[in-house]
Amino acid sequence: MHNINVLITGVGGQGVVLASDILCDVALAGGCDVKKTDTLGMAQRGGSVVTHMRIGEVIDSPLIGEGEVDLLLSFEKLEAARWSSYLSPNASVIVSDQSVPPMSVNLGTSVYPDDALVMRILRHGGAKVMFVEGQRMATELGNSKVLNVLMLGALSVLLPFDNESWKGVITQRLPAKVVDINIKAFECGRSFMLDAISKNAACACGSDCDGSLS
Amino acid sequence: MKKLLSGNEAIALGAYHAGLRVAAAYPGTPSTEILENLSKFKDIHAEWAPNEKVAFEVGLGACYTGVRAMVSMKHVGLNVAADPFMAASVTGVRGGLVVVSADDPGIHSSQNEQDNRCFAKFAKIAMFEPSDSQDAYDIMPLAFEISERFDTPVMVRSTTRISHAKTVVDITKERPDSLPPAVFKRDMAKFVTLPVNARRRQQLTLERLEKLAEYSETCPLNRIIQGSADVGVISSGVAFNYAREVLPTASFLKLVMSYPLPQNMIRRFAAGVKRLVVIEELDPFIEEQVRAMGLEVEGKAFIPASGELNKDIICCAAQKAGWGALDVRKADGELQEMLGSLTKRPPLLCPGCPHTGVFYVLGSLGMRRREVGLVITGDIGCYTLAAYPQLNAMDTCACMGAGIGQALGMEKAGVGDKLVAVIGDSTFLHSGITGLLNAVYNKSSITIVILDNRTTAMTGHQHHPGTGFTAQGEETQAVDLVALVKSCGAANVQEVSAFDLRALRSVLREAIDKPELVVLVVRGDCVAISRKKVAPLAIDVKKCGRCLSCLSLGCAAIQKDGENMRIDAQLCAGCTLCQQKCAFNAIAPVLAEEATNA
Repeated sequence: MHNINVLITGVGGQGVVLASDILCDVALAGGCDVKKTDTLGMAQRGGSVVTHMRIGEVIDSPLIGEGEVDLLLSFEKLEAARWSSYLSPNASVIVSDQSVPPMSVNLGTSVYPDDALVMRILRHGGAKVMFVEGQRMATELGNSKVLNVLMLGALSVLLPFDNESWKGVITQRLPAKVVDINIKAFECGRSFMLDAISKNAACACGSDCDGSLS
Repeated sequence: MKKLLSGNEAIALGAYHAGLRVAAAYPGTPSTEILENLSKFKDIHAEWAPNEKVAFEVGLGACYTGVRAMVSMKHVGLNVAADPFMAASVTGVRGGLVVVSADDPGIHSSQNEQDNRCFAKFAKIAMFEPSDSQDAYDIMPLAFEISERFDTPVMVRSTTRISHAKTVVDITKERPDSLPPAVFKRDMAKFVTLPVNARRRQQLTLERLEKLAEYSETCPLNRIIQGSADVGVISSGVAFNYAREVLPTASFLKLVMSYPLPQNMIRRFAAGVKRLVVIEELDPFIEEQVRAMGLEVEGKAFIPASGELNKDIICCAAQKAGWGALDVRKADGELQEMLGSLTKRPPLLCPGCPHTGVFYVLGSLGMRRREVGLVITGDIGCYTLAAYPQLNAMDTCACMGAGIGQALGMEKAGVGDKLVAVIGDSTFLHSGITGLLNAVYNKSSITIVILDNRTTAMTGHQHHPGTGFTAQGEETQAVDLVALVKSCGAANVQEVSAFDLRALRSVLREAIDKPELVVLVVRGDCVAISRKKVAPLAIDVKKCGRCLSCLSLGCAAIQKDGENMRIDAQLCAGCTLCQQKCAFNAIAPVLAEEATNA
């Protein structure tokens, strides 16, 4: 298989590290070589966080180079746009349709980018972009903390690992009392994505989209 | 068995399988998880020491009894431990002693960038550098063996991208069933560094270095990967992996034992290639030694000597130098411009953080902008974030424990401002106590504020001598901070709640105005560990006067929602600071029934 380069981004506290841990375990169970590297320490406190993850036969560098990302999964719009120089022309981007305003935006000293700018930045190099109503769906499930697993469900559609493997890892990784709701969240994200791809209409990447992000 | 392990997990597991018996550390990014992982093994002793110097001394004492010991720390931790580290080079060891130094190129979570490989050269000891978690796991048994065989401490130097990257490890070893008992055999000439002994042993360190250099020629972890004869790359650590991808056809000499260098191996490698290149992160550590061998070598003329490397940086350097790198895809001008317009997201104190109130008060005492005002010397911890806007309440931060000494220095220099030194509980126990002693001894009248959040928060909530628990989860004596401060001779010691703005204001104002040394212990548990279930607050927009003063707390839960202010109920920890500040009485806890309906 070709190497798959995945970037997961978000705001400290959104569960980026857990999401990447789950994906790594799934890839490892699938017999792949895996390397990943997280943001830890001071930068984690409510700041921008990013995880680089590489899956393939033999991986050297744990960091992905600019222009080399195949899949960008982001839990926040600004944090998706921030990494767009890493996208390859064939990249697929899945973004939770939510904004967490940085402090400077609350204080009025900077402006949060509007959706049009976020889209322009993400699509600049040719990537296909999909917005997922992650927050709404997570809240409807009764716990907004499941956003990360819900988004993994959406991402899973674009990866060559079977559904049961994902659920097995989620069951292993999470405390027993939240496994059920996370499995539901995973399925919810997955079916949203499958739906969106088959309908095409929900795909935000425009008229040139063939409906298949993979 | 194959497992995905971080470099830190691999170091811990490798050491455990190598028969490690005693481990000591002080938390510090990116090294913290080494001891955290070791603490889970109940058949060894794994401890948090109050600082790296003490941790090192614990390791040194343990290895003198013939057992294997390991100490781990971040790069600047080795500065703190440098005294016993240098002494250990002279006394040597009995059981293996491994020092793990986790450096932070690019300064992800540190106050500086330093290449601790220089410490191995400085102390004349052997050093290993893993390139990934497999290397880290494989190095550990060898490091202990070399330590014992050559009577030397051995350094394992990791970096953020090794320690915190997860890679696949083939776990091939098991911990031995039985290990030798700890026995201390007296050897005055070895263990007592009286000048007469130290002079002789100092000479032995030079002889030892020669033997280690001989060994490094045969070290099984150093290897040559034959490629094109046009360019030969010598590399170590994570840089090796980047370089392999950027220059896939080049020949490589991968150094895992990177001090002392295998000079013959390097000469052989150099003889087989047209251009010899060293690609290494931070200092030209290998490059300068290779050049000193009389070989023509390239490297830092193209590769930056500061900051974290990555493939893009090496690729640009390789293209400039003509080492034959592939093309890189760079963001074009239009994209760069759009990206440049995006607002940054620096880290913040968490909503409900016990540090917010005290820094808000310090910043708003009205003395910060006066000509003779208030200087706040700071320290290392989450609270260093108080230097950012909106709080703007920290003027210095150098290293662990520095704030107290700095305030005293400013006072004795004759600065007219009032001086407040702010330090966390774990940092105070690490290296603030001597600063306090000095302030008492030298008749200072500064104010010292100890922020007691009952944990080492920034590194992920490790125990320390003030928390009442050991690293392995056993209950133990918790130091009484007030009694400790008093016993140092500080007469005026007061305690105040971190969540009571009025009390904080009056106590701080009084302490600052008083012409004597005052120590304030501000009590408030770290919100990330106490996880108290309290109702979040909400803003009644009908009452809200839009004065925006709640924003001055710099709390991420308080947000602008168009014209209105709102509190994000998911983020709010219910600390009530904003409620205390609100002049319009518009902020109140959400009632339980409203919360469930929302």
